[in-house]
Amino acid sequence: MIELTSLLTPLAILIVLLLAAAWSTWLERRLLGIWQDRLGPNRVGPFGLFQVIADMIKIFTKDDWIPPFADKALFVIAPMILMIMTLLGFAIIPFSPDIQITEFDNALLFVLALSSLSVYSIMLAGFSSNSKYALLGALRTTAQMLSYEVFMGLALMGVVVIAGSFSLNDIVHAQSQYWFILSQPLGFLLFLFAGVAESHRAPFDLPEAETEIVAGFHTEYASMKFGMFFIGEYLGVIFISALITTLYFGGWQGPFLPPIVWFTLKTVFFVMFFILLRAAIPRPRYDQLMSFGWSILLPLALLNLLLTAVWKLTIGV
Amino acid sequence: MIEAIFMITAIVCLISALLTVTAHNAVHALLYLVTMMIAIALIFFLFGSPFAAALQIIVYAGAVMVLFVFVTMMLHQGEKSNLDEKALFSLKNAKGPLLLATILIAELLMISVQPLEMNSSLVPLSAISNEAEQDSAQRDNTSQPNSVKSLAIQLYGPYRLLVIIAAMLLLSALIAAIHIARKTPKHVDVDLSPEETQLANKQQKANS
Repeated sequence: MIELTSLLTPLAILIVLLLAAAWSTWLERRLLGIWQDRLGPNRVGPFGLFQVIADMIKIFTKDDWIPPFADKALFVIAPMILMIMTLLGFAIIPFSPDIQITEFDNALLFVLALSSLSVYSIMLAGFSSNSKYALLGALRTTAQMLSYEVFMGLALMGVVVIAGSFSLNDIVHAQSQYWFILSQPLGFLLFLFAGVAESHRAPFDLPEAETEIVAGFHTEYASMKFGMFFIGEYLGVIFISALITTLYFGGWQGPFLPPIVWFTLKTVFFVMFFILLRAAIPRPRYDQLMSFGWSILLPLALLNLLLTAVWKLTIGV
Repeated sequence: MIEAIFMITAIVCLISALLTVTAHNAVHALLYLVTMMIAIALIFFLFGSPFAAALQIIVYAGAVMVLFVFVTMMLHQGEKSNLDEKALFSLKNAKGPLLLATILIAELLMISVQPLEMNSSLVPLSAISNEAEQDSAQRDNTSQPNSVKSLAIQLYGPYRLLVIIAAMLLLSALIAAIHIARKTPKHVDVDLSPEETQLANKQQKANS
């Protein structure tokens, strides 16, 4: 019986996550519609909720084409890497005190390791497609993700210093008095920027800038392999939102409502915030993006770490 | 159970190391190298050192190797580079390294059959330094979850000089990189492409 439940929880979380990622495409289109004074998809089912199913049928029945000039093995592996790395990340998220797949002490390092490995997915997609636009997109993504990983790690260290642990459970418990957004506002902003860049969402979606390089690294992809990149992106957004919730907004903690509801509410709020960012902010130029990272975010991240360490040593909370 | 996982990981590690050398496609070779890094990280993890495992992936698989693949990807010319690699990879070229490597393997086998008495000059630094002994005693007292803490104490305690030297080395490398990458305005004027020089000549003619 114990084995059964220990198998069922990850399976349930997996299904919920995939459904959430699928329906967040609907959420994004509806919200973008509302913010741009139009309706968005509202025809299929109540509020257009079944639009996702229609899209799914469409994408599943498309020709699963591999270009003849592509490096076939890598072309097929690339989208899988993204899905696996993103889904693995959820293994350490504490959804509530009882719902968590696995727990270990270096959970945050695990997150960083996964995010650095997921770069390969996009790189290999760009390389194996054997096409100019895909390669350009992959080059952009790799440079962007490598750079922003640095600030992501440094921003997280502020939280680690205050909580005194790499374990996400300890970090959530350390926020029982106050949320870390209060003591780490700068760290939160840095993590938010890095998170947007890591999940290459607008406004940092230069790897897929349609006006410049068609669709970037997934130009040659079609059907379900494109679907994996597409869903992988939304999974990434949900993952970053869940991390923000866990690290800076008290995780599942909150009054009255059960923990899982608090966690879901906070995470959905940040997913919507990601969508709002896309609707509100135009894309920067690529060199602006990189120089913003290295000459503004990096010094700020180091400063944040230094100040946090000094604060921890002098006041000791 | 752990032994079985270790054996599988070690075999994966060895196979991918071998394929790294023998693959003709440079990007494929690098990917085998990445696989090897991940296998090594798993071995670290099995040996009870999750921090080293995480660093192995973040630093080597996630940063160093990404840069390698990045550069190779840009310079890769498809089938042509594969053929070039294939031409380079012949037994004739590999004779010397193979011979030398065989000597090393023979040495390794000899040592593993008949363990040597440890030479005192080869004992790690921490065993010599008293300070380090105290720290390692402290480390034994602290529980396993604080392995990061004990590592940090080691790094900023007995090994702080090495940390400073490494930091200075990195800083000098950084300065050198900035110096090399610095743009000189002269260069931009001189390095016109053939088309651009033609255009400039035409414009001059048209003007005159």
